[in-house]
Amino acid sequence: MKSLVILAAAEGEEHNPLVPLWEEVAIALVVFGILFFAIKKFVAPNFEKTFVERSQAIEGGIAAAATKQAEADAKLAELEKQLADARHEAARIREEAREQGAAIVAELREQAQAESARIVEHGKAQIEAERQQAVTSLRAEVGTLATGLAGRIVGESLDDDARQARVIERFLAELETADAADAGKDA
Amino acid sequence: MTIAASATIAAEGGEGFHAPGPSIFDLPPVFEIGSLGVTKPMLQLVLAAGLVFTFLYLAAKQRSLVPGKLQFAGEGAYGFVRNSVARDIIGSHDFQKFVPYLVTLFFFILVNNIFASIPFIQFPTFSRAGMAYALAGLSWLVYNGVGMKKHGVLGYLKLQSVPSGVSPAMYPLLVPLEFFSNILVRPVTLALRLFCNMFAGHILLVLFATGGLYLIEHVGGIGYVAGPLAWVLAILVSFLEILVQFLQAYVFVLLNAMYIQGALADEH
Repeated sequence: MKSLVILAAAEGEEHNPLVPLWEEVAIALVVFGILFFAIKKFVAPNFEKTFVERSQAIEGGIAAAATKQAEADAKLAELEKQLADARHEAARIREEAREQGAAIVAELREQAQAESARIVEHGKAQIEAERQQAVTSLRAEVGTLATGLAGRIVGESLDDDARQARVIERFLAELETADAADAGKDA
Repeated sequence: MTIAASATIAAEGGEGFHAPGPSIFDLPPVFEIGSLGVTKPMLQLVLAAGLVFTFLYLAAKQRSLVPGKLQFAGEGAYGFVRNSVARDIIGSHDFQKFVPYLVTLFFFILVNNIFASIPFIQFPTFSRAGMAYALAGLSWLVYNGVGMKKHGVLGYLKLQSVPSGVSPAMYPLLVPLEFFSNILVRPVTLALRLFCNMFAGHILLVLFATGGLYLIEHVGGIGYVAGPLAWVLAILVSFLEILVQFLQAYVFVLLNAMYIQGALADEH
């Protein structure tokens, strides 16, 4: 305390604190000026460049993400379209197959019917032929038997062919009319 | 309470308590270069400039897109002035070229103010009026220069002096007033606001510290209670002072930005 008081006293007049010392004004300006130019030259550009680069990096990232998103959307749309096409194609093929199947079945059925008709026809023809054959052979046999029998009964030879044939014809005709009359009665 | 006690003691006379006055700011030169005595606040100016530049330079140099701790701190500091002072007030069109000036101004004043609370330095540089005058004068040159460059000398004086939207009948009254407040008073208030805050804060701290010591050494009795109490108050006032130191640096830069914005504006 004492030393302070003594110091102030020794300096004599009190310096008014509002009155500037010009060397202080000058040194403040010089130091501030140097600091200002140093910051303007070495600090601010670096910071500003960093800010710009950073915002560019962020914007670039966002743009890249947007492009990727668009690509993915396009690809998805394409795949969906392909899938729809495939479904459509599958439906078409199925339809076609069904039609073809139906056609095949119909054709086969037709063939089978034709075949069966043919078989039936063939059978009928064969039966008819066999019947004709049977009738012919029966007629011959019955004729021979009847003439033999009549010859024995009558004692008259009927070996003469012409007469024999006439007799048989007559006999058979009678037989047939009798058959027909029987059939009409039965019916 | 402490003030009252010391006042009574001083009145009772004897050797008495010499309250700290303006003389505590007149420091003897640390060394001399020629006829110039280099004082502590002058060295503080240089030290502050060195610290500010070193910090910002090292932080800015890395230029990494994903910042490390130092770069992050530097970007936060630089970005605070750049975005919330320069860009928000001057506007995104013109602010860029004022950023280095405002950044320099803010951190230069801030570090010099905070020196008042750094142990072993404990002296606010801008409690020397001349240094505050220097920065205020520079601010005055900058905002007037910017305005005159944009609007021309007469156009700028008209912009600053003639309020728009007022009937011309009021001009004789308003024009001198506007000129006075916008051109003449601004640098004075800028300088005095900074200077007086630093000056008063430092005196207050010295008063509490030396007063407490005096109470303990020379009063005895109640002095053993009042002295430590004064020191507790000194600590609390120190925290208040840290806030004031930041605020004064912020206000100085904020007003600079507003003055520049006003000078660039198209209408008053």
